[in-house]
Amino acid sequence: MIRVQEIYKSFGKAQVLKGVSFEVPQGDILALIGRSGYGKSVILKHVAGLLKPDKGHVFINGSDLCNLRGRNLLKLIERFGFLFQNGALFDSMTIFDNVAFPLREKTRMTERQIRERVLTELEQVGLIGSEGKFPSQISGGMIKRASLARALIEEPDIMLFDEPTTGLDPITGKSILALIDSCHRRIGFTGIIVTHEIPRVFSVVDQVALLHEGVVLFHGSPSEIMTSDDPIIRPFVQAATDGAVK
Amino acid sequence: MFGIGRTDPILNLTLHTNSPIEGLDKNIFLKSIALISMRNVIRKLGEATLKAVHKLGHMGVFMCKGVFCALTPPLKFALLIKQIQFIGFQSILVIFLTGAFTGMVLGYQGYTTLSRFGSDAFLGPMVALSLIKEMGPVISALMVTGRAGSSITAQIGIMRISEQIDALRLMGLEPYRYLIVPNIWASIICLPLLTAIFDVVGIFGGYLVGVKLLGMVPGTYFGEMFDYVDMKDISEGLWKSLNFGLIISWVCCFKGYYTGIYTGFGAEGVSKATTEAVVLSSVLILVWDYFLTSTMF
Repeated sequence: MIRVQEIYKSFGKAQVLKGVSFEVPQGDILALIGRSGYGKSVILKHVAGLLKPDKGHVFINGSDLCNLRGRNLLKLIERFGFLFQNGALFDSMTIFDNVAFPLREKTRMTERQIRERVLTELEQVGLIGSEGKFPSQISGGMIKRASLARALIEEPDIMLFDEPTTGLDPITGKSILALIDSCHRRIGFTGIIVTHEIPRVFSVVDQVALLHEGVVLFHGSPSEIMTSDDPIIRPFVQAATDGAVK
Repeated sequence: MFGIGRTDPILNLTLHTNSPIEGLDKNIFLKSIALISMRNVIRKLGEATLKAVHKLGHMGVFMCKGVFCALTPPLKFALLIKQIQFIGFQSILVIFLTGAFTGMVLGYQGYTTLSRFGSDAFLGPMVALSLIKEMGPVISALMVTGRAGSSITAQIGIMRISEQIDALRLMGLEPYRYLIVPNIWASIICLPLLTAIFDVVGIFGGYLVGVKLLGMVPGTYFGEMFDYVDMKDISEGLWKSLNFGLIISWVCCFKGYYTGIYTGFGAEGVSKATTEAVVLSSVLILVWDYFLTSTMF
């Protein structure tokens, strides 16, 4: 379970988060939506332990991530999977080596077992045949899928997705969301997806949180946000579903 | 400093009239402006000092953590071998060339200078001592900084801005063990070896010029060298090079690791970090060389 409690964060004079709170129950996926630059990725990095809040707490299965340091922090976040916006694949390694990296470094599996496991994972994301290529030799959609395979290879308890479909064509974007959905069914992770993919992402998630001016303005189910009459929420959802930004 | 018609650079204010505020004494007004300007200068100086102290502290903590990780298991042996190959083996050619020409220049200059005093027999010890105690460690370190140090900073910097370091961390792995520790050990191992190669090649470069070109007796060149160069001189040079190895890995890794924080993001940030790494490493090598020479030897 992920519980974000009253987090505040400033960068210089700009206060990005002004008391953000929400909770994601075990096994659920939350879509974190909101306008660009409102701090959605900042929240995700707080949940991942990459940023420390100025004030507030992030609880992962009851442990306060903000109070952990060194090995204890690494031990907690090793159960995380993170899909970065740009993939963050190791550019000096092939796709196979990228996906195999966590297994080689953290398990005592033999090279044969690792190969079997990696190929199975690459098959799940439709990248069989591209395992010998380097990240610079494949498309953006393939990078996202390879990154997803790397994040899921250890079957994490918590998955964080930073704009998984941004920059992709609608068909590839749809396939990435379908992939996330199937992996969720298979592994059963608790997840947060930062996205602008409205309303398509609603078929994958259990909850939606709308971030507005540093606070969570709405937290509820996808059907509730679609029927909301709130003067801020409604135009946002309307613009997103129409595909136009007002 | 602040007069009529002149612009104050800090306040960005130009005084155009003799009586800017009616009823206020001109001297008091000018004194007040001067005081504000001075206060701003002091404030900016204080801010810059605090930033510099903070950065120094950050560098210190980085080195302590790097050394701690280097001294505690696990050591990524494959990465260490890769870095030894990159920092050490791939630098041999440039060390060979610079060593040879440095020795040749020393041989030529030394011979012409010493022969004025009739002491050309001491060319061998002069070339050997200059190379072993000073030029070998310093020039080798500067060459490695330019060839390998810049590359280390650029590589780590690109990994930082493309979030590869964050990815490593989110796998529950300590990035220091993959990016910093192999470079620290490889530099410490390679620098003394490269310096030794530089010294030997340089001595033979001096021999080539002194004996083969200028006609000195070969036995004198090496014979006097054995008399005047002892083990302490050699260990002094190697100890220096070991120190320089630590400086290169420390500065270059730090500049790459904190590319986003101190030099900005993107290609420009990496380029700036690389330049700063080479400049700072080179300066620190020379400063530390003076410190070691004057205090320890």
